[in-house]
Amino acid sequence: MRYLDEDSIEKIAVGAAVLGSGGGGDPYVGKLMAKQAIRKHGPVRLIDVEEIPDSELVIPSAMMGAPAVMLEKLPNGKEPETSFRALEKFLGRTAYAVISIEAGGLNSCIPIYTAACLGLPLVDGDGMGRAFPELPMVSFSLGGVSSSPMVISDEKGNKILLEAVSNQWSEVLSRTATIAMGLNSMLGIYSMDGATLKRLAIRGTMSLAERIGEKILEAGKSRVSAVDGILEITKGFRLFEGKITDVRRDLTSGFIRGIVVFEGIDSCKGESYELDFQNENLVGRRNGKPNAMTPDLITVLDQERGFPITTEHLKYGRRCMVVGMPCHPIWRTEAGIKQVGPRYFKYDLDYVPIETIAGGAR
Amino acid sequence: MNYRLGIDVGGTNTDAVILDEKNVVVAKCKEPTSPDVSSGIDAAVTRVLAESRIPPAHIGDAMLGTTHATNAIIERKNLSKVSVIRVSGPSGYAIPPFVEWPEDLLKTIGGTWAIVQGGYEYTGAPLAEPDKDEIRKALDGVIRSGAEALAVSSAFAPVNHGHELLVAELAEEVLGKNLPITLSHQIGSIGLIERENAAILNAAIRKLAEQAYGSFRNALRKHGIHAELFITQNDGTLMSVDYAMKFPVLTVASGPTNSLRGAAFLSGIKDGIVVDVGGTTTDIGVLSKGFPRESSAAADVGGVRNNFRMPDLISIGLGGGSLVDLSVTPIRVGPQSVGYRIAKEALVFGGKTMTASDIAVATGLAEMGDRGKVANIDRQKAKTALEVMKRMTEEVIDKMKTSAEGVPVVLVGGGSVILPDSLAGASKVLRPINFDVANAIGAAIAQVSGNVDGVFDVASKGREKVIEEVKAQAIAEAIRAGADGDTVDIVEIEEIPLAYLPSNAVRFKVKAVGNLKKR
Repeated sequence: MRYLDEDSIEKIAVGAAVLGSGGGGDPYVGKLMAKQAIRKHGPVRLIDVEEIPDSELVIPSAMMGAPAVMLEKLPNGKEPETSFRALEKFLGRTAYAVISIEAGGLNSCIPIYTAACLGLPLVDGDGMGRAFPELPMVSFSLGGVSSSPMVISDEKGNKILLEAVSNQWSEVLSRTATIAMGLNSMLGIYSMDGATLKRLAIRGTMSLAERIGEKILEAGKSRVSAVDGILEITKGFRLFEGKITDVRRDLTSGFIRGIVVFEGIDSCKGESYELDFQNENLVGRRNGKPNAMTPDLITVLDQERGFPITTEHLKYGRRCMVVGMPCHPIWRTEAGIKQVGPRYFKYDLDYVPIETIAGGAR
Repeated sequence: MNYRLGIDVGGTNTDAVILDEKNVVVAKCKEPTSPDVSSGIDAAVTRVLAESRIPPAHIGDAMLGTTHATNAIIERKNLSKVSVIRVSGPSGYAIPPFVEWPEDLLKTIGGTWAIVQGGYEYTGAPLAEPDKDEIRKALDGVIRSGAEALAVSSAFAPVNHGHELLVAELAEEVLGKNLPITLSHQIGSIGLIERENAAILNAAIRKLAEQAYGSFRNALRKHGIHAELFITQNDGTLMSVDYAMKFPVLTVASGPTNSLRGAAFLSGIKDGIVVDVGGTTTDIGVLSKGFPRESSAAADVGGVRNNFRMPDLISIGLGGGSLVDLSVTPIRVGPQSVGYRIAKEALVFGGKTMTASDIAVATGLAEMGDRGKVANIDRQKAKTALEVMKRMTEEVIDKMKTSAEGVPVVLVGGGSVILPDSLAGASKVLRPINFDVANAIGAAIAQVSGNVDGVFDVASKGREKVIEEVKAQAIAEAIRAGADGDTVDIVEIEEIPLAYLPSNAVRFKVKAVGNLKKR
């Protein structure tokens, strides 16, 4: 057990954007919320998965919807508590701890806020090890945990208790509710006991985000690049060094589908790179050949300093370092690849792990 | 004949230019900037009028570019105490106003606030019905806090600003008409925290802007100039002086913008790179369709995050006054500089410090001062130093340009004589005439703009219809700001679908620009 203070949150927010694989939303609003809550309620206890008794209840806390809307309609602040209390009442049990379902992006910080407000410890881990766009794309779901019963609540105090027949139905119904609530909501979801969490949690990801963030912030202070540090911590690879020459976007079946084109610079002069993204970066192709693909993480970093650039900030002319990081092994199982592999996102590609493609080259 | 007067108040110099109707430079001058700003303006106007011999009555329009407001925020000087009312309840309580503001700035401007019921969803539908009694109570709080100005923000104000107007109405009732009010929708775009911050900063500098622009007006009147007065804003377009007094925060990034716009005008280059070399630093920016390319990073003024669209600039410590050390390997140039003391301290002017300008003279690149004073500089080393300065600039040019092909590079600013006529990455290097007063010219030729930024539902009306509407809105805004309707064009339209939802909410950013209406 250790404590997360405002300093740790600054670091986690930056590191979470790296783990977001381009998506997950800018952690900015979540960071401010978490820092406010810590100022008010004191530092949050960060506990290891092993510290949770097997029979105790853990509830993941997350926001759902458009992170961009949250930049205008800031949360009331009571939503996570509303969702937790309603779910606890229904289950007839109280939560022992809070966990994140998504360490990448905004949802890295929301559970810190929840934990601070409720006076509960936060588990060092999550259900993705990155960001994904749909509710069933969590290790808990893969391990057979039901997302139901779940509670969806909004800033007005509305709350919906949902019991769906499958995690896929939870996704459909809760997203519809979220749209009606004004494009974002707060969830209490995938409640489970300590024993199950020990089996399914992707461990240590809050600390991982913090370590990555620390490297980036330190490098920023001394005006050097953090890229090497990030790759060392995440066992990642340099995929391409280039300048963005084109960004195209369109709405396909509700999700943003886009493509970024890079022209090689420095070590990659004369080469080209194409990066496909929907909400997250999905497939990267160097000179037409894929060199990283979902579920492995692909993140675009600012070339000079190593700051992560999320998909909404990809802009013509930016000089970038595209890096790839191996995903958690659970995503490389048959069920994992079926849920989040290239074919799920409609790419005619068989998944090949990033380190296989790299062949040992860093 | 109708003339235009352009004035740029910089950190070192106050420049003035007079342009005729065909935009030909009739006269120009440089005077030192004075601490009170107005006497520097006065001196520059006196000289430029004398040199041009144009009767003051023939000056039809006068444009001022100044970073007076920016400096006040950075130095925490002469700021008013501000109170904030945010109309966003039930949303917004999780992150109250003034979060993450620097302590010293908060101390200066007070920092009292209230959140009341109201504001909007992204669709423009109310989040909650505002409660007038609750708002009146919040306004009483403003009085008790001793605030000298009020800032009002609301959720999704760029989509619907009805509730901000309601607060303004009630504020006049409760507080009277003398307390200046800034409404967030009038100055910022999407992003409540940043827009609210901008509104607060604006409220804090209104009083000082009224004084500064008022003294500008007086300085001109004193010379018999009764022209229409304008102030240049961040995007390089104009505000009437009355409008600028209400929204002075819109000038915080106007300095570099004027230089980029001036360079575009002087060189005729619409797409290219502008290298503005001053005494201490070189600012390198990009022109896209004649306007500065905007930075995608979150803007920061005096430690406060805001969402102004700032020009994308890279500044390096290289200027005409940069110190040069030939005794070390590799040869060092900058970032220290003699700055405005160059006229005394540089070798060619009889001083004792070797500067970048001395190197330019020694190598025959530039002519200024006494060439004999640099005759004993090792020619080979001087050439190497020149190469260092060239490479420093080329590196940034390479960073800024977006294609592998060479792009036109325009050199402006008094210090640009230290750079050669050929640069790597440049298809050509231009040194337009009057390059030394590009900022003042940028102010003098500025146009008028209208902006729209909001989230729109494209499902109900259809995308084409929405695009048509936002374009018409931007054009109407430009005309309202003083543009000649026949010359207004849409110069920018950005469409950003919102992530993670299968709805059709799209953010549009549109800008229309036209020439100032002739009177």
